[in-house]
Amino acid sequence: MPHTLTISQLTDKLAQGELSSREATQSCLDRIDAVDGQLNAFLSHDPEDALTQADAADAARAAGKSRPLLGVPIAMKDVIAVNGHPLNCASKILGDFNSPYDATVTEKLREAGAVVFGRVNMDEFAMGSSTENSAFGPARNPWDSDCIPGGSSGGSAVAVAADECLASLGSDTGGSIRQPAALCGCVGLKPTYGRVSRYGLVAFASSLDQVGPLTKDVRDAATMLGVIAGEDKRDSTNVPEPVPDYIAALTGDVKGLKIGLPKEYQVDGIDPEVKSATEAAVAELEKHGAEVKEISLPHTQYAIATYYIIATAEASANLARFEGVRYGARVDGASPEKMNRATRGAGFGEEVKRRIILGTYVLSSGYYDAYYLRAQKVRTLIRQDFLNAFKEVDLIASPTTPTPAFKIGEKVDDPLQMYLSDIFTISCNLAGLCGISIPCGFSVSGLPLGLQLLGKPFGEPDLLRAAHAYEQATDWHTKRPEIS
Amino acid sequence: MREDLQHAVKLARIELSAEEEGRLGSQLGDILKYVDKLNELDVEGVEPTAHAVPLTNVLREDEPRESLSHEAAMRNAPKTRSGLFIVPKIVE
Amino acid sequence: MTYEAVIGLETHVQLRTRTKMWCGCANEYGAEANTNVCPVCIGLPGVLPVPNAEALRKTALTGMLLNCDVPSYAKWDRKNYFYPDNPKNYQLTQLDFPSTIEGFVEFEFGEGIERVRINRAHLEEDVGKSTHFSDYSGVDFNRAGVPLLEIVTEPDLTGPDMAYDYLNALKAILENGGVSDCDMEKGQVRCDVNISVRPVGQTDLGEKIEIKNMNSFSGVRRAAAYEIERQIGVLREGGTLVQETRRWDDVVGITENMRTKEDAHDYRYFPDPDLMPHTPSEGWIAEVRASVKELPLARKQRLIADFKLPSSDAVVFVGDAALGDYFEVATKGAKNPKAVANWVINNLQAKLSEIGSTVADVKFETSAIGELVGLVEGGKISSKIAQDVFAEMFESGKSPATIVEEKGLSQVCDTSELMVFCNEAIEANSVSVEDFRNGKEAALNFLKGQVMKASRGKANPKIVGELLKEILG
Repeated sequence: MPHTLTISQLTDKLAQGELSSREATQSCLDRIDAVDGQLNAFLSHDPEDALTQADAADAARAAGKSRPLLGVPIAMKDVIAVNGHPLNCASKILGDFNSPYDATVTEKLREAGAVVFGRVNMDEFAMGSSTENSAFGPARNPWDSDCIPGGSSGGSAVAVAADECLASLGSDTGGSIRQPAALCGCVGLKPTYGRVSRYGLVAFASSLDQVGPLTKDVRDAATMLGVIAGEDKRDSTNVPEPVPDYIAALTGDVKGLKIGLPKEYQVDGIDPEVKSATEAAVAELEKHGAEVKEISLPHTQYAIATYYIIATAEASANLARFEGVRYGARVDGASPEKMNRATRGAGFGEEVKRRIILGTYVLSSGYYDAYYLRAQKVRTLIRQDFLNAFKEVDLIASPTTPTPAFKIGEKVDDPLQMYLSDIFTISCNLAGLCGISIPCGFSVSGLPLGLQLLGKPFGEPDLLRAAHAYEQATDWHTKRPEIS
Repeated sequence: MREDLQHAVKLARIELSAEEEGRLGSQLGDILKYVDKLNELDVEGVEPTAHAVPLTNVLREDEPRESLSHEAAMRNAPKTRSGLFIVPKIVE
Repeated sequence: MTYEAVIGLETHVQLRTRTKMWCGCANEYGAEANTNVCPVCIGLPGVLPVPNAEALRKTALTGMLLNCDVPSYAKWDRKNYFYPDNPKNYQLTQLDFPSTIEGFVEFEFGEGIERVRINRAHLEEDVGKSTHFSDYSGVDFNRAGVPLLEIVTEPDLTGPDMAYDYLNALKAILENGGVSDCDMEKGQVRCDVNISVRPVGQTDLGEKIEIKNMNSFSGVRRAAAYEIERQIGVLREGGTLVQETRRWDDVVGITENMRTKEDAHDYRYFPDPDLMPHTPSEGWIAEVRASVKELPLARKQRLIADFKLPSSDAVVFVGDAALGDYFEVATKGAKNPKAVANWVINNLQAKLSEIGSTVADVKFETSAIGELVGLVEGGKISSKIAQDVFAEMFESGKSPATIVEEKGLSQVCDTSELMVFCNEAIEANSVSVEDFRNGKEAALNFLKGQVMKASRGKANPKIVGELLKEILG
């Protein structure tokens, strides 16, 4: 069935003329019809538009054109601007906002010939780890529909794992690509900060956000990264580092690659199945010639506090523009101020409100030094931990999450508990590193488990190489959920 | 909700119901207590990380680029009149 | 008890650039509402700012014109506050590391030169423009994102008149320097005033009160005058002043409370994470410095000293830089620069404005006016004939000597030739002769006029006068 293929498999078949993009796209559309009612990964999609793009791709191919993603259906997290399409960030506050411009990554996908379709579900404004904070209902884990798919790019992970699309673009601020990838059993890559343009990504935390791919295997992630990475003059934080051939990096050779295991990551609260799956995965890499050693990241215990001060502070300013003046679902008021308050009170969900208030607080007069400035300093210490570690090792390995997917509703009443589950993914964004989650097993109850690898800034080639080598030595990535 | 958080709510221009105020107030209190953990560290002499990448002088030449059409700019506006974005009367 | 005023001014000036600060939309006045806008400057979700290099150059240039330092590190901050004309509800500005710091402005005030220190000139973005109707307001974002320079003085000004003169001097410096057109009617210059009063002799400053909403420099003067009186009045009655922001009402002529310190915005400044710091290199700064032109005051003083021009002439040349440049070239080697100045101001400028042209289009050689002056002073032509020569010079571009030659306009100085004319005039006008002999001086002028007419203006009037007197006794 075309929708179950990976990008490289589909690209081969398209090149051989065994399949058309229209057939592949229709296959995805049929799959969405069949399963999305219960999964709620898609917030909206336009079948006619998707098929029009597919036909155009088929015509281009017939005319002899060749592009990395020609005719491949890719779904977009509802936080990336697509010209002429709705953009809601899974929030009520944006109302019927229709984007008049394309994000840079959208442009790049189009240039690569992709069929860019569908808006997939997420935690509202990318704030959350379960997609329960969506204003349009949670997405459900395709391996167990009572469980969360993770967040904030939950919809992306579900859509990929359930074969509703060939790949998806998500965003990662504190783990929002890697964690749902781990919980849904697919691959999730967070590029180095500055590797991919943020122009057109609705900002949550400007110094932490990056766009990245969720895919069915590591090779597809490398393909996607090669398309979306690169220079963009519309983003001042974009680093004009040349884009290497990420596919060429997939040599399968990890001999001599040094992998660090942070001793501070041996915390209570790691599920024993997660622990043993991770250990087995690391052992597998060792079998293939990687060297493993213990490292120390002394400031690990401060990462979550640091993150929740910096990210919420930046978010409080980034989300100030949502107040009903120029766009969105305005709630009227007698004065602009009253209108703003009513609009934001009605339009934002609780998690968003919590974070905006917290962010406003830590920046406010009298508190700035104690919270925001201090957190920025601790961020420097955390970065230094990683710079020191990377003098001794090439990659850092850990579980992606402390536990497999928990039940929907289990942690909604305790936001702090929810935050604490980000312990392994959050430092990567603070330190500006690259990171990937790949499937490394299943719990006894059949829920996916993920292995996280972290790499140096712009170290994606080594990262992908190791991830690919491990993946190819196992078959976790070939498993698919049964969806009734 | 304690006064300092109420002040933040006011600055953030978010209307809360009494019930929300109570719940959020208690949750935020817990979170603030948690982040106080950072005070355990000695950060004397540590430079803050203000920027995620060590770039400087990222500039753009003074060259015009195409603007949005007026229609596209106003497309999502909740209320317009005479080409302007309309809001409740601003009183100084 | 006498009181004195302490005044500081914050002037916002729109920079003259082709595009806005963070995006490529046009920086132009007067376009239809919301037509010079893009996702960036209307704050759509997902957009990012990229700084305009020309705005940074003009900011450094302004710093140099104001004798400021241009530090090697400057950064951007977010100033957070909600307002309908503020598309992101935060304004990008420079808080603690601005692009220029610590300079001064010198200007003529009263009998002498006053120096007002500049604390900083930093770069930020302008906001949209609100229009108020009966029961709603409308916002136009064409202006949002235009690069804005905020020039802050130290509290060195001591009165409304000084404030007025400072503002005019600042405007001249910025216009002259090519930084801004400073057209207040187009909203390109806006000013807020900070005023406090204290008993004479006290070193501590009184409560600083900010006044906003002045629409002209004379409005600033009026508002300052009123506010100083008001503050002194309060203190004299035993009242106290509190730090507040007040709004000037130019129609009624009073200031009214807008907000107190308690209501004051908490701007929650923090370094902007989307913009990278600016670290101008020595080379970059040197390039900007090469475009610094002479300051208006310095130019005025130099024109007076070097060319012995009266203040009024110097002011004209400072006000019209191109004309002033022309004068300096035209006067090279001339023995009488003042005479050259007269021709440039009275004749050239007048002719140019008549046909709506500029010095760039002048047809005659730059040395022509000097030559013309030489012809008059050497007695070759009369000053009256010189006017005609000038008109011809302007029309044809020919040199004065050529014109005099071609038209035979040389002044006649030969006494024997002139005697003939004089005698003819005396013979033809016996009544005037009689009158003159009877004491009417004016009759001599009439006779002189007749000689000038007969000679078609070429007679040397001085010699004619002498000859007539000689003949008539």
